[in-house]
Amino acid sequence: MPTTTRRRPVRQAPLSPANGARPATPRHILDLDDFTQEEIEVVLQNTEVMREVLQRDIKKVPTLRGKTIITLFYEASTRTRVSFEQAGKILSADVINVSGSGSSVEKGESLYNTALTLQAMNADIIVMRHPHSGAPHFLSRFLNSAVINAGDGTHAHPTQALLDLFTIRDHFGKVEGLKVVIVGDLLYSRVARSNLWGLTKMGADVTLCAPPTLIPSDFLGGIGNGIHDGTSGHPFAGVKVETNVESALTDADVVMTLRLQSERQEAGHLPTLREYSRMYGITPRRMQLAKPEALVMHPGPMNEGIEIDPEVAHGAQAVIEEQVTHGVAVRMALLYAAVTPRTV
Amino acid sequence: MAQSGITLIKGGRLIDPSQGIDGNCDLLVENGVVSGVAQNITPPEHGTVIDAAGMVVSPGFVDVHCHLREPGFEDKETIATGTLAAARGGFTTVCAMPNTNPAMDTAATLEYVLRKARDEATVRVLPIGSVTKRSAGAELAEMGELAEAGAIGFSDDGNPVFNANIMRQALAYSSAVGLPVINHCEEPSLFHGGSMNEGWVSNRLGLKGIPNASEDIMVGRDIELAALTGGRYHVAHLTTEGSLELVRRAKERGMMNVSAEVTPHHLTMTDVAALGRSADGSSINCMFAPLTPAAYDTTAKVNPPLRAKKDMNALVAGLRDGVIDFIATDHAPHNFTGKQCTFHEADFGISVFETALGQLMELVHSGALELPLLIEKLTASPARFLHRNDIGTLRQGAVADITIIDIDEEWVVDTAQFASKGKNTPLQGATLRGRVHATLVGGEVVHPW
Repeated sequence: MPTTTRRRPVRQAPLSPANGARPATPRHILDLDDFTQEEIEVVLQNTEVMREVLQRDIKKVPTLRGKTIITLFYEASTRTRVSFEQAGKILSADVINVSGSGSSVEKGESLYNTALTLQAMNADIIVMRHPHSGAPHFLSRFLNSAVINAGDGTHAHPTQALLDLFTIRDHFGKVEGLKVVIVGDLLYSRVARSNLWGLTKMGADVTLCAPPTLIPSDFLGGIGNGIHDGTSGHPFAGVKVETNVESALTDADVVMTLRLQSERQEAGHLPTLREYSRMYGITPRRMQLAKPEALVMHPGPMNEGIEIDPEVAHGAQAVIEEQVTHGVAVRMALLYAAVTPRTV
Repeated sequence: MAQSGITLIKGGRLIDPSQGIDGNCDLLVENGVVSGVAQNITPPEHGTVIDAAGMVVSPGFVDVHCHLREPGFEDKETIATGTLAAARGGFTTVCAMPNTNPAMDTAATLEYVLRKARDEATVRVLPIGSVTKRSAGAELAEMGELAEAGAIGFSDDGNPVFNANIMRQALAYSSAVGLPVINHCEEPSLFHGGSMNEGWVSNRLGLKGIPNASEDIMVGRDIELAALTGGRYHVAHLTTEGSLELVRRAKERGMMNVSAEVTPHHLTMTDVAALGRSADGSSINCMFAPLTPAAYDTTAKVNPPLRAKKDMNALVAGLRDGVIDFIATDHAPHNFTGKQCTFHEADFGISVFETALGQLMELVHSGALELPLLIEKLTASPARFLHRNDIGTLRQGAVADITIIDIDEEWVVDTAQFASKGKNTPLQGATLRGRVHATLVGGEVVHPW
């Protein structure tokens, strides 16, 4: 295990109650595309503080006392939903959980009307997961509550990307210049999309790897090659795209594996999961191509034996449970950010 | 609809491509019919004079493709509201697509639509019959009886005729009545689950894309079937450079039985419209720009989708050089809930009638298209497709369907003022240059001066 943890000095201790009225323009957190590098830095620094709180015997601070958070999950989730709930509770907010089943959603209530109803209950923050891309953008158009995207369709998962950044920085002391390889279902992955923004903004050297059928067609043949409209100066121009996992993994500092849904086989993207595992699975042998101190990450839930070999998933290089712990701290920092006016 | 009496439209620039006229001319209308086109006609003693100084006087526009939603979807539009919207947009003849409920797959439904139109419509309504029963794609509808009842063509629009053999039979069978089969071209297995054009914007938004190939493949298939059967084949709302080239080659092969239309939105907008407009109102066309709450603009969700700039430019060129025969609106009104939702859930379609001219005038103002050619594509060309010589023209004896336009007036689109029930347009709040000032149907002013 690498032990070169170089903690940054903490400049801000955001633990006193966030008093006063809601910011006039709520700070929605929809994706990382609108974060500057400095804003990401602030979140990561605040995450450090929050992690310290998590390690206390009495895990409770008054930061969000009197604030109401509603988690609105239209898709199954364990770690994201629980970590948001835990994050809110540690910060002393009142957290109410609403899921698709057991609510008026089952009676066919539209997302629009559900959101208006929750706002009418004066929620300060609405944390939403939805199977459709852009659902949180849609809500943020008419809600005064801050909207935090906890995963929307195949678009974005910004809190996952931030916890991934935090985990990487925690181990290497930096993100800049590291070779980060993202392997898996790029076409449908909201985790990969948000990580692309986060990693490139923080200066990582990113390589994407998947079978050609799971790579977005405008990334095939290289990103930002100027053949598309309006893409000159593509923000992902430095990102490499590989279809061969061995060349992708060579000299990697970080290997991020993505969950492969079994539906991809049914939709014709893959011959079999078995073949995917043979061609793209992260095995101990393949990990030897990466740097010796390389990290293995996975956003969960894993399909062990398909995208990742159990030996790797539970091996010394894996930081998958750390990611979960960091997820709570990152979400604490983001809940705090959502009720605080933008400072940067 | 014929109005008795005499009306003189005076002092305008008269553009009638059917006669090659573009110049200052007066237009005399008697008893609902054009009775004269000449310079300096003396105002009649008993009659109305419309001062058209500074205006363009055009034959009323003819739209071969729109959705009036009645019967079945009266919450989205009715024949009354849809045709009033058409009149405001300068359209005097509109062809209604049969994807109603029930579908216009029998003479009975068609006659219902015609009767409602006779009683309530502001402009001429010509119905299109279904190709297949219930527009379900499996068995041919009674096309012969539909033709007798007044259908001007056949279409399962909203969906393609996906079965190649049914398409073959439809083209062959309809040739007996000389009417076109209008196909919405989309290979279903490539379209499946898609909600916008496949490209960098769909990737940016994490939305499933619809590749150009989805349209190209079906246009290619249909052209071969048109060659096989000799039936009249018309491509509804053509959107890709690839299918444009296929139609070009078919015409070069001498296939007079192949034609195509294009919509105002595919001529002037691209897939970036789904990104929404930025806070200052400008459109977003750079991947650097962060998405805002305005992203996932469901009003820009339309089928076929708004394509890339390369396609849009090809469509404008194709309209100029005649590969595309005419402009049709694909006016597709939807209600509030159909668009106030996530992009994936939203209905496909744009409410087009009331913005069509202003939007198309962008092409004229930018120099991409000459005004007489634009008017030809809205009047004489679609009338020719319908085999009508009494509309889309200001020849003596033609029906006095007339549109009077101020080509330079700037106005701001406000959907609250729409006559259409469909407020679904990505142009809400946009400034357009060019506006319809008056519309006459059969000599009667139906859209106020």
